[in-house]
Amino acid sequence: MPLEMLSYLVVGASFVLYVGIAIWSRARSTGDFYVAGKGVGPVANGMATAADWMSAASFISMAGLIAFLGYDGSVYLMGWTGGYVLLALLLAPYLRKFGKFTVPEFIAERYYSQTARVVAVVCLIFISFTYVAGQMRGVGIVFSRFLSVDIETGLAVGMAVVFFYAVLGGMKGITYTQVAQYCVLIFAYTVPAVFISIQVTGVALPQLAFGGSVDGASLLVRLDQVVSDLGFNAYTDGAKSTIDVFFITAALMIGTAGLPHVLVRFFTVPKVRDARASAGWALLFIAILYTTAPAVAALARYNLTETIQQGPVGEATSNLEYAARPQWFKTWEATGLLTFEDKNGDGRIQYYNDANPEFATRAAQYGWRGNELAVDQDIMVLANPEIAALPNWVIALVAAGAVAAALSTAAGLLLVISAAVSHDIVKGVLMPNVSERAELRAGRASAAAAVLLAGYLGYDPPGFVAQVVAFAFGLAAASLFPVILLGIFSTRLNREGAIAGMLTGLCFTLGYIVYFKGVFVAPFAANVPANWWFGISPEGIGALGAVLNLMVAVSVSRLTSPPPAEVVALVERIRVPRD
Amino acid sequence: MDRSSYWRANLRLVVVCLVIWFLVSFGCGVLFVDQLNRIEVAGVKLGFWFAQQGSIYVFLSLIVYYVRRMSRIDREHGVEED
Repeated sequence: MPLEMLSYLVVGASFVLYVGIAIWSRARSTGDFYVAGKGVGPVANGMATAADWMSAASFISMAGLIAFLGYDGSVYLMGWTGGYVLLALLLAPYLRKFGKFTVPEFIAERYYSQTARVVAVVCLIFISFTYVAGQMRGVGIVFSRFLSVDIETGLAVGMAVVFFYAVLGGMKGITYTQVAQYCVLIFAYTVPAVFISIQVTGVALPQLAFGGSVDGASLLVRLDQVVSDLGFNAYTDGAKSTIDVFFITAALMIGTAGLPHVLVRFFTVPKVRDARASAGWALLFIAILYTTAPAVAALARYNLTETIQQGPVGEATSNLEYAARPQWFKTWEATGLLTFEDKNGDGRIQYYNDANPEFATRAAQYGWRGNELAVDQDIMVLANPEIAALPNWVIALVAAGAVAAALSTAAGLLLVISAAVSHDIVKGVLMPNVSERAELRAGRASAAAAVLLAGYLGYDPPGFVAQVVAFAFGLAAASLFPVILLGIFSTRLNREGAIAGMLTGLCFTLGYIVYFKGVFVAPFAANVPANWWFGISPEGIGALGAVLNLMVAVSVSRLTSPPPAEVVALVERIRVPRD
Repeated sequence: MDRSSYWRANLRLVVVCLVIWFLVSFGCGVLFVDQLNRIEVAGVKLGFWFAQQGSIYVFLSLIVYYVRRMSRIDREHGVEED
């Protein structure tokens, strides 16, 4: 069967499954809609959390990013898993004990303030829309490659499916759909990884591929050698400064623990003990992908380099002839995500680091006139099964997995946005006496509006998927995490401190990102290490924002009156599992 | 039930876990990565391994340990659910 038809079939079948689950588990009350009736078991919740949280960035972009960053890519691996330790130990059990529906609701009651609630909603909407734009671009990439439709049509189909099950099913529909989506995406990710690992290193378990033997040395030793020969940094060395790696890792970790769509998952389990356990299950399910990804990255980089540079560097016949390029090269060229420009007119492809002055001089002696190959990192995972010449059904499965990863995260984000609007703004602030049925209608209406806006944002988001998403983490780290943490671990933190802290963290981090990256405006300064404060890049600044938030919140609280006795009692109550 | 001794026991456990969390990720994976990279196991530099694989296994073990210890602390202080 041709690949395109097979892809339609597999992706279509997965859509039917998701919609079927949504109809079976549709929400009947606001409790169902916001927190799935608090009836989700810890294993199912762990799986749903894993799908919720592993986005298009994790599935499509991360291994590709690591493949080109080498050691520097570790920030994503540690950052996006280490946050679960913070979640399990510092937030999840207490938020479950609090036992309401949304994160802004916790902030409103803990800080006895509707203003704090509105500030939290603003932070939440900022974070979630930044994040959802990345997912929609992921859907667009997959559709344009595998289903040969244009990005707009792909976006429209993706929006329609999310619309259906998020609006109808609410949290309950999303949860059980996410369990199915996890199974699809993890299968799609690990199967090609196992095959490629066997092909290159002879080791079946990708987690052990680093040490697998390639031409008489370990994969990593060979890879270091192969890329260094072409003037690139050794794979196991980084180009980023230690302080930048430290801060980006911290921002991603703290951000993970402050993401509203992840936090809200811990509201859906029956007990405090389940909230702790489901953080563990979530990390287990996430770790299966996250320990496979670095192997996929190293293998993909090795495969790519060996395909282009087939013999000793410098010999004319070592470089791949453009006319003899493999089929996967042609299919990805058609998407524009892989481009070749024959700068020296020899009909062969030279792929090397022309930004390395020492190597560039040597390359000039070989008759090379600059790097001729541009590879978009987003295609590495998607092209992998083709590079390894795996059967068509595996390629179709990877397409379905990528769509599952993007849709599951988009749905989770859209739900927290709609809950923030209908529960926190409509019911919490504007119309406290609204009936449950009207609130549910408002929830569905705002979910629908959020889907449309997300589709629009996904149409033209700035930058790579993973990088856009990385900013959402910085914003979450700097705005929500510190006040939730202090709300549980300090009885002294008050309304004034929390509001001042959140605003400081959000404005500082957003300001720094806009200053160097220029979102909607031109950047104010070049985004280079020399200009950064203490050498911290915009991706890592969220960690500093979190520290500022914490310091401002504590200082302002010291200078103003302590919280009332009933708030202190609330904190005492959420600290123990049983009253 | 003594709330303050329960909370102290909880905080002790959390601090121990977070110290390990910090040492493994920011310590082995970032700050001391160059020193650890001088050690190679099966052709894999140890610092690089901690940054890309080892830290994730430790994170998972930490949560499992925390969940088990916390259930015991809950029972010892008579605040367990059901």
